Amino acid sequence: MTTLLSVDRVSKAFGGLHALSECSLSVEKGSITGLIGPNGSGKTTLFNVITGYEKPDSGSVTFEGTEITNASPNKVFALGVGRTFQITRIFARISVLENMLVATQRDEGWLRGLTRSKSSKSELVSAMEWLDFVGIGRLADQHAGSLSFGQRKLLELAYVLVADPDVILLDEPAGGVNLTLINEIADKILALNKDGKSFLIVEHNMEFVMNLCDRVTVMHQGADLVSGTPSEIRSNPLVLDAYLGGSDEDDVEDAS
Amino acid sequence: MNGTAVLHSIIDGVLTGSVYALMATGLTLIFGVMNIINVAQGIFVILGAYLSYALSVHLGIDLFVGLAITIPTLFVVGIVVERAFLTRLKGPERVVMSILVTYAVSLVIEGVLNLVFSSNYVELHAWYVNRSVKVFGTYLPYIYLLGFAMAVVMLTALYVMLYRTRFGSSVRASLADQTSAALVGINVKRVSTICFGLGVAVTAAGGMIYGATNAFNAASSYDLISRLLVIIVLGGMGSLGGALVAGITMVTIEDLVGVVWGPVWSNLSFFLILVVVLSLRPQGLFGKQSVRVA
Amino acid sequence: MPRLRNVWWLVALGALVLFPLIETNPTYTTIGVFTLIYMGCATSWNMFSGYSGYINLGSAVFYGVGAYTMTLLSDHLNFAGNGDQFWLIPVGGLAAMIVAVPVGLVALRVRRHTFVVITIAIFFVFQLSAINFSFTGGTAGLQLPLIPWLETNFNKPFYYAALAIVVFATLLSMAVRRSRFGLQLLAIRDDEDRAAGLGVKVFAVKLTGFTMSAFAVGMGGALYALFLGQIYPQFVFNPIFDISIALMSIFGGLGTLTGPLLGALVLESMQQYLAIRFSNGAYYLIVFGSLFLLIVLFMPQGIVVYLGEWRSRSKARRVEGALVVAGEAS
Repeated sequence: MTTLLSVDRVSKAFGGLHALSECSLSVEKGSITGLIGPNGSGKTTLFNVITGYEKPDSGSVTFEGTEITNASPNKVFALGVGRTFQITRIFARISVLENMLVATQRDEGWLRGLTRSKSSKSELVSAMEWLDFVGIGRLADQHAGSLSFGQRKLLELAYVLVADPDVILLDEPAGGVNLTLINEIADKILALNKDGKSFLIVEHNMEFVMNLCDRVTVMHQGADLVSGTPSEIRSNPLVLDAYLGGSDEDDVEDAS
Repeated sequence: MNGTAVLHSIIDGVLTGSVYALMATGLTLIFGVMNIINVAQGIFVILGAYLSYALSVHLGIDLFVGLAITIPTLFVVGIVVERAFLTRLKGPERVVMSILVTYAVSLVIEGVLNLVFSSNYVELHAWYVNRSVKVFGTYLPYIYLLGFAMAVVMLTALYVMLYRTRFGSSVRASLADQTSAALVGINVKRVSTICFGLGVAVTAAGGMIYGATNAFNAASSYDLISRLLVIIVLGGMGSLGGALVAGITMVTIEDLVGVVWGPVWSNLSFFLILVVVLSLRPQGLFGKQSVRVA
Repeated sequence: MPRLRNVWWLVALGALVLFPLIETNPTYTTIGVFTLIYMGCATSWNMFSGYSGYINLGSAVFYGVGAYTMTLLSDHLNFAGNGDQFWLIPVGGLAAMIVAVPVGLVALRVRRHTFVVITIAIFFVFQLSAINFSFTGGTAGLQLPLIPWLETNFNKPFYYAALAIVVFATLLSMAVRRSRFGLQLLAIRDDEDRAAGLGVKVFAVKLTGFTMSAFAVGMGGALYALFLGQIYPQFVFNPIFDISIALMSIFGGLGTLTGPLLGALVLESMQQYLAIRFSNGAYYLIVFGSLFLLIVLFMPQGIVVYLGEWRSRSKARRVEGALVVAGEAS
């Protein structure tokens, strides 16, 4: 296996708060990697650093051999790193289909947008395919703002997929979702993984993570504590300590 | 240009700047607590000035005594505007819509003031408006000193209220984070309304001083609001201390530029400084690093 | 359905073309010229501010630059007063676009409510400069060469030039709405950071939209200068223009195609009428401000969207769920 995405000793502080300190992580090609840790351990900040939303104070991020440490979000996405958010973010006042089309361009010069129509036939076809894949194809013409919470999660997944990224970062895909939908999402992830997509998943639902992931990294106080297979993690005493002790601090994700 | 002129302009700047700081504090308080940019603040200042004018011309009430009437009046006007128009604003465009709604309120008040008082320039008069006192070899009109004293008193009162009272701590909690404030049982809605009223009420005092130091008509509100907005953006929107410092600094710089390079440049400098500063520091001089909206 | 809509566009265009042929009273055709100028400017403003959510309250900068370009160039290039200056109208638009680039580079760096404030500040920089510098003629203003046309037909060329600007701005706005670029602007309006994370080059897109929207506004200013034959800094760099354009667009429906056209048609013709009827601007301010407040309170999406929803509701009552009339705001 080769390393697709690697994070090397990344640190990031907000004022006096060390959200990340020397955190390292790697995602192997074709794997589903889980990222767990108590609230405030810096998981979302790490996602923000990888995808270009935050600039790290030190350390580096590499994707397929290219350094993307200080790249802008659109650059990171264009290279092939897709991402969903903990609080789902969709474009509420345009249609579901148009939401998909925003993402189809991936790496197109900005001037090109002026001279082309908003969708080509092939883009429309693939947008509809992905909407059907996640199961909301029939809602294509509705305003995205009218979707339910679960449907928004699916839309966000679909419009990341339409750009055909190599690795997909999911921030709590199972958060606040009912059990049926959780299983559905897990199935989709497995199916996509079979087709060669790699995943990095932040999730609090342990069962979800342990069933799905090949490898799991545990974060604690801004650093990576241990990495290993789900069974190794389950039996590691350090992990239990991390979850039971010292998680009284404020949630860094909210502070950032 | 000589030393006395420079000194004079600095003293002038600090004295008048404090009045701007007072009006800007009201504006930034409203923004900080409610996330509303009250573009009508300029016309409220003029409304305050006209009220003082009407009281002094028609009833012979002294300008400072008249504040006992005009400040509560503008407090009520503020509350009415907030209840009628601003509580209804919701959704993602709320801040921007608040700018347009208060602008529309401002247009209506401007129209009414034009009808009632015509568009001729007027000035406020009192014995202390026309007489001066000699300080450091330069003559200062009493009204500048009185205005400064009043601004200091009102700002102190505002700060005492914010930092020493129970209501003040709810305001500061709402300034920091509305959602958490609501969670700990603060009636954010009521706090907002009262803050809007307070933020507007200070314009009555500011307007009286403005009217006593400048000839004004309803259209003077554009000049005022543009300056107040520049001040609160430079100070960092929602920062009370920032508004105070930026208000005094900007007006002083403006006066200094007027003395050194000529009055042509003084107005311009006010806005150019904002443009330059924001190109370098998009969050304003004293603003916190912009927080990403999740 | 789309065919019916096209028919309505043609009917509206036909009515506007025929208006000065039927109504020859110069008082009313003058109202027509001003109204069309505002329709063009509002449509162009909406193409950026309405689509992207970045409310520009300094669009008079473009208007004024267009007006001064027209005036100064007709002087420097020794245009006689024979109407050849009509060719300078697009030049005024280009000048506005050139000015828009540095303005946008500064203003678009900040978050959107600070953007509003900074556009106001930049507007005052331009207004004060025009008042203070000598090449603009200062507060005394500047004159253009007199065009010696007969009063009865004087307004017609201006009217049709203004109509051409409206048609241009509308077609451009329509094209942008259908392009990938327009979709990117809408995505920026809804969630700028998210759009960036989906590959949209947000700053380049915003700057391009901002600059494009300057063109028709600059042309409007140039035409205004030519029509009046004289300009003053406080009239071409007018804060009321800034706010009017914005309020007209929101009145009709922000981000829709017909909203700004309708808003400007109703409000500007009303303003001109009230100005003639009362000769006191105060009434207009009161009526204009109040109308806007009423709209915000009762139809926050603007008239066009409100009517669209109302129509689709009544239709839905008749044909259960057969047709979904997608509001143009979508």
